[in-house]
Amino acid sequence: MKSTSTGVLPAEGGLGDHPLLAVEDLHVEFRTRAGVVRAVNGVTYSVGPGETLAVLGESGSGKSVTAQAIMGILDMPPAVIPKGEIRFRGTDLLKLSEEARTQVRGQRIAMIFQDALSALNPVFTVGWQISEMFRVHRGMSKGEAMKKAVELMDRVRIPAAKQRVHDYPHQFSGGMRQRIMIAMSIALDPEVLIADEPTTALDVTVQAQIMELLAELQRESQMGLILITHDLGVVADVADKIAVMYAGRIVEHAPVHDIYRRPAHPYTKGLLESIPRVDLKGQDLYAISGLPPNLLELPTGCSFHPRCPYRQDNCVTDVPPLHTISGTRGSACHYWREVVDGERQ
Amino acid sequence: MASGSEPILEVRDLVKHFPLTQGIVFKKQIGAIKAVDGVSFELSKGETLGIVGESGCGKSTLAKVLMALERPTSGSVTVSGRDITRARGGELKRMRRNIQMVMQDPYTSLNPRMTVGDIIGEPYEIHTEAAPKGDRRKKVQELLEVVGLNPDHINRYPHQFSGGQRQRIGIARGLALQPEIIVCDEPVSALDVSIQAQVINLLDRLQKEFNLAYIFIAHDLSVVRHISDRVAVMYLGKFVELGRDTEIYDRPAHPYTQALLSAVPVPNPEGREQRERIILQGDPPSPANPPSGCRFRTRCWKAQEICAEEEPLLQIRTGVGHESACHFAETHDVVHAG
Repeated sequence: MKSTSTGVLPAEGGLGDHPLLAVEDLHVEFRTRAGVVRAVNGVTYSVGPGETLAVLGESGSGKSVTAQAIMGILDMPPAVIPKGEIRFRGTDLLKLSEEARTQVRGQRIAMIFQDALSALNPVFTVGWQISEMFRVHRGMSKGEAMKKAVELMDRVRIPAAKQRVHDYPHQFSGGMRQRIMIAMSIALDPEVLIADEPTTALDVTVQAQIMELLAELQRESQMGLILITHDLGVVADVADKIAVMYAGRIVEHAPVHDIYRRPAHPYTKGLLESIPRVDLKGQDLYAISGLPPNLLELPTGCSFHPRCPYRQDNCVTDVPPLHTISGTRGSACHYWREVVDGERQ
Repeated sequence: MASGSEPILEVRDLVKHFPLTQGIVFKKQIGAIKAVDGVSFELSKGETLGIVGESGCGKSTLAKVLMALERPTSGSVTVSGRDITRARGGELKRMRRNIQMVMQDPYTSLNPRMTVGDIIGEPYEIHTEAAPKGDRRKKVQELLEVVGLNPDHINRYPHQFSGGQRQRIGIARGLALQPEIIVCDEPVSALDVSIQAQVINLLDRLQKEFNLAYIFIAHDLSVVRHISDRVAVMYLGKFVELGRDTEIYDRPAHPYTQALLSAVPVPNPEGREQRERIILQGDPPSPANPPSGCRFRTRCWKAQEICAEEEPLLQIRTGVGHESACHFAETHDVVHAG
């Protein structure tokens, strides 16, 4: 790989041998006055066309920072990417010039944010904001772009799109606002869509509508979807494969059915066991003890060891590599065999 | 958990309307937000009533009226035989000792300039008879221990604690006056998944230890099921269904409850393609101008003419063992169907 910035855009058309989007050993740190916050410590994942990858993790696990690094919207400084690659159709985005990245961002890789109200500009109509995509990236006239905006609002099923295109964000409900965000993100037919907690702020009935809409759009256009969430229910509903993050690392990755049937990392296992279950009503819920780690001072060895029921002496000193369990599964635990077999020590 | 014993909280036909006004100099009322519109229920000692519903359905307003933080438009809230909505001054203050609250957001509900000791001890400043001055510090330390925090941290500030620990501080403050009733308004929704279970277990343990009655407001249906003895489903200011947890979850009779349950993602990918899903169209109507008759009829697939004309009352209907407010109530197990 060349280390200088290039202006070469990622290829279009057939994928060849390359995955659509692959993150490889990505590190992101924030150099702050209080010290170096290691938010992402070697994340590797990939997503193919029409595939849904769920990135599961709690706040501070680095799932959103990884997504922002892919989009190239991290504030640098304080953020620094000391190591890693983000390959889109084989081209490392981190080595592209800023100009070339702008061509990729929004057009070929797009993102939906959690809080649609603060992501939309309150002083412009939604039609103006959606049509901006066409004006800026496609050089359309105002009239043409507005027509496109109405089409898109129809496509994300906003009723009476023709009239509502002139409304402001505050005139829409939470679910409708998220539809507008989705309309903006799919405006230019991106190949990869990153959805960062798209339904966390919404009610369950509206969440169901939005998730169905995303699934339909994905079927139509064969986008690769990266769904960032902490909701184990949403993941089980839509994901093809899962990457579980903890303290900036992928601790387990697997196809969706495997992970729910037989988790191979104590953290995943703990999360699944802490879900309230009907047959265990009246008993204590299983709770992962302790607190999420402080990213300024990550624990030595395995970051999860202070909270882990499987801990042995070497967990405190040795960072577990991502062990391959089978072709499609991996677990970053020294004792994944015991975890899969379900013997707690 | 003892249910069926004498109720310590009795709510009758509770209504809270917020006026909508127009004009700056001459204000005139042009309508009202019907946040809570005729809610009745009872709560026994040591019992947990879960209240679920979407945002804007009036559950938080209901909590505020129960706490006498808002005066209701009409109706009564009887705590241990006395109506808190009519109480004033010293009597209200005494009654408030018996009903306390745990707030949703542990990041904004604790004063950042007060130490943990001051926050938890503040109820004793207001209700000086609850603990003599010399005992307060010891009492606060006991409370910290009860909620699983280190009693030596009494002089720390809220920012030195994590979200889950802060919620424990909020719970300790709620316990300070030894109330019989605690209103929990979304107590775990701001916390990380791995921390939620810890706080739910704590609430469970405290209930057994002090025989507390909980009003547990949440939108996470699986959490509500875990902790509640009875569950009320709220839609646009009214209870549409009320029953024991098993009745609501396994035999829901109201179409809204069925839709709500079917919309909750099940954390198990097995058989996800076959699962029954009722996807409601649109958003809930505005509480300023609710539909006539049944309020759910605009999104309901069972709606007929009678639904627009006649409001269905919350009552026990034929073929359903618990109260529901639908003309066509019919039990249907949505979660296990498919």
